[in-house]
Parts: sequence; structure tokens; C-alpha cells
Amino acid sequence: MSSIIKIPFGPQHPALKEPENFMFKVDGEYVVDVTPRIGYAHRGIEKALEDRTYIQDLYLIERICGICSHAHTTCYTQAVEEALKVDVPPRAKYIRTIVTELERIHNHYFWLGIVAHEIGFETLFMYTWRDREIVMDLLELLSGNRVQYAMNMIGGVRRDITPEISSKIMKGVKVLGERMKYYKKICSDDKTILARSVNVGILKTKDAISLCAVGPTLRASNVKRDVRADDPYAAYDEIPFHVVTYDGCDVASRIATRCDEVIESVEIIRYALEHLPTGSIEVIVSRVVPPAEIISRVEAPRGENLHYLRSNGTDKPSRYKVRSPTLANLTALCKMLIGGYIADIPIVIAGIDPCFCCMDRLTFVDINNDETWGWEGEKLRRYGIKWYKKQ
Amino acid sequence: MSMEKELIRHLLKKPVTLRYPFEKLPPVKGLRGKHVWDSERCVGCGLCARDCPSSAIEMIGKGLTAELKIYLGRCLFCGQCEEGCPRDAIRLTQLYELAESDRKNLILEFKREST
Repeated sequence: MSSIIKIPFGPQHPALKEPENFMFKVDGEYVVDVTPRIGYAHRGIEKALEDRTYIQDLYLIERICGICSHAHTTCYTQAVEEALKVDVPPRAKYIRTIVTELERIHNHYFWLGIVAHEIGFETLFMYTWRDREIVMDLLELLSGNRVQYAMNMIGGVRRDITPEISSKIMKGVKVLGERMKYYKKICSDDKTILARSVNVGILKTKDAISLCAVGPTLRASNVKRDVRADDPYAAYDEIPFHVVTYDGCDVASRIATRCDEVIESVEIIRYALEHLPTGSIEVIVSRVVPPAEIISRVEAPRGENLHYLRSNGTDKPSRYKVRSPTLANLTALCKMLIGGYIADIPIVIAGIDPCFCCMDRLTFVDINNDETWGWEGEKLRRYGIKWYKKQ
Repeated sequence: MSMEKELIRHLLKKPVTLRYPFEKLPPVKGLRGKHVWDSERCVGCGLCARDCPSSAIEMIGKGLTAELKIYLGRCLFCGQCEEGCPRDAIRLTQLYELAESDRKNLILEFKREST
């Protein structure tokens, strides 16, 4: 007879990966049901934003997420600028676009390394993270910091791109694009990666739409939807680019989508640097924002990022709400996990590029005898690699 | 395995990492590090202290006699003080190795010479 086991997965490990809890019901090697439990990383940021001025909020918003910090501040500054009815100079828009795309390259390299690590391909992990240093150095050169760039200001950007920096970025992204083409070839040729990613974590097109998936997860299920193209912000309405889609609906398609997005980002950066308009990079804005209600969207590396701002005519927002892409992808993630193997849990969760990425601890519950045991994320990763070696 | 060629090619190369305390990368121009204050330029408007997101700057006194105290332990190194200063009196240098064994040393006290 089959036996169903409950496995709690997560939530706490403050060191590297973020906290999140999943309760899995498993039958032998198959996942029967999964219940996510969110809220372990609640920091009260939305409330804290109401106590600070718009200028101070800029730096708090940036710290919502380390990897997509620029996407969050772009979304925030867009909302505030719309409430202020300020037009940002075109040069500032282009610089925002360039930083956004550099950030996307950074995120996708980072993610590819994590995926390689989860399936036990440490060589690829080391090489992608080595190449990630190139883009981090470029961002440091441009903004003065490797992660929290602080490039956006309300009414423009803080630092200009000089011709010297521009030529260095050109050189850097050329290397990054070529390396990504090489990694893409490996990801589509290598037996290890194919065995662990093809037909794993299936999310059909119909489900992806009905469960409101966003970002590369949605595009890997063959839905051509991207905020950059559908609702252009910054300089995206002037820059030609393709929205990458794949129809595999599995982890392999998600890998291919992100690899192609990096190559596309390189082209966007090249175009933006070549067509960089002249002029000022910021406008002076008032500290007091008139009463308004604004919804602002950007395409963060992980998917659509949605911010809501309500101002009341003072220098502090009266309500601020952030919907990050991981929350939108969570229900789709549950769909992907059901019916898969236990050994595939780490790679499927990593596949949506979650911002909690909490391979922490999990409990398995056997449905026949209610036996419960707990596993840490690391142990589960090892189990997955070992289990596949036996196959 | 499809990465063998790549691996063999890298056998003869140096490691990409640096032996940090002995070898250091030169800081980039524009890195946001430790603060410096120019007492002659500062007019004591207090914009830096007002906009600091983590209340790391304290302005003692007002106007031309104002003095500055910066709590490095709270500082985010966002650069808002440098950006907001209308007289460019406060600047961030490229000094980034700021670890201290005593918390007191993390408080920068800037005094005016003449007073």
C-alpha cells in the first residue's frame, strides 16, 4: 500500500537562504500535496515606510531585496514621480534602463549558479559565479557599490555614465554575452543537466495563466508577457528587444529562457549606450507629494513587481504596498511540485528563482502510519543527487 | 561532460580569487566609504542629519558653529548626505576597511578648529 508522509520544509536559517515553510505530503517518492506557509521574513517594511520621508524611503525600499534592489527603487521612484507629475529627463531614463538590465544579467547568472548547485553540478556553479563578478564590478564602477546601488533618486538618477565607464561596460557585457552563449550550450547538451531538468516541474500554459505566474516562469510556459513590452517604462518604449519565450513548460525551459534573456539584455545595454541622449540626469522635485493613488509596475529579474502608493499631501506616504514576484509565483510553484519526486523539490523551488530560497528543514509525513521526520535543505539536496545517481 | 575543454584550459591559469589581507583590489572611483567633513564649507543647514535614513548623523549646534557627529555603526553608506549637501561639505571617501574592535571608535566626531 502507499504511504503518505508529511514533510515540513523550512522555515528558519538566518545565515544564507531566506526563511519559508512548505508542508509536503508524500507518497513514497511522489509529492501528493504541498502547503506553503509564508510570513517568516516579515520585517514590517510597509509600516516603516509610512514613518519616514520619501527621501528616506528610497533607501528602505532598496533593502526589500538584495538582488533586485534597483527594480524596487525604479518602481518606487516611478510611483512618486507620477504623483508629483514630474517628467524624468531622457538620459536618466536610459541610465535606469542600463542599470536594470545589468541587474538582470547579475540575477540570471546568480540563478544559473544556484540551479547548478541544486542539481549537484558544482563546476558550472563555480564558473557562473566567477563570471558574475564581471557584472558586479561593472555595477560597482557605475554606482559605487556592488549590491545596493543607490542609483535612483526621485526625479532622476544620481550618477552619470562617462564615456570611459561606457566603454568598460561595452567590453564587460560582450564577455558576459559570449559566456552565457557557452553556458546555454552546456545546459542544452549536458546529460546531467538534461536528466534533472527536462520534464521536471511541469507548469502547463493554461495553469500558468490561471495561477497568475509572472516573469521567466510564465515565459517558460509559452506566454509572451513582459511588463517591459506590455506597459513600457523607463526607456523600453524606445529600445527594440524580443520577449523570450519557450514552450517546454519545465525547468529546462526556465533555464533556456533566462539564458536567452541575458543575451537579450546585453543587446539592450549596447543599444542604450549607443543611443544615450544628452542632457541633465535629474530634476529638482518637491519634498511634499500631493494626494494621489498610484500603481506602478516594473519587470524585475524575477517577474512583475507591483507597488501601490497613497500619498496624503505630506512628506510621508500614508500607505505603501509591495507585491514582489515570488508571491505571485508561489501558487504556480505548488502546482509544479505536485506529482513530482521528492528529489526534485530543491530544483523546482529554485526554478522559480524564489526570493526566500529557504532550503532549510523539512518534515516528511508518511500517510499510512503518520510517521514524521525532518530534513534540512542541504540534506534534501544531497538526497536528490544520490537518488538520481541510483537511477 | 561537456565542460572538459574549459576545465583543461583553466588548469594553467591562476586562481581568480585574491588572498585578501595581503592582496587588495584598488577601490573604484566613486566607492562610498568613510566620511570626511569640510568645516569651512559647512553652513550648518542640517539637511544631512534630516535626510539620513538611519539617523546616523547628529548635528550639534546650529548655523556656522555647528559640529557633526557620525555614527558609522548605523550608517548604510547610501550617500544621501553627500548628495543632499548644498555646499559639498560632507563627502564619502574610498576608505572601506572600517572594522573596529571598540564600538566607541565607530563614532566620528568632527570639530571646528577655530572654536
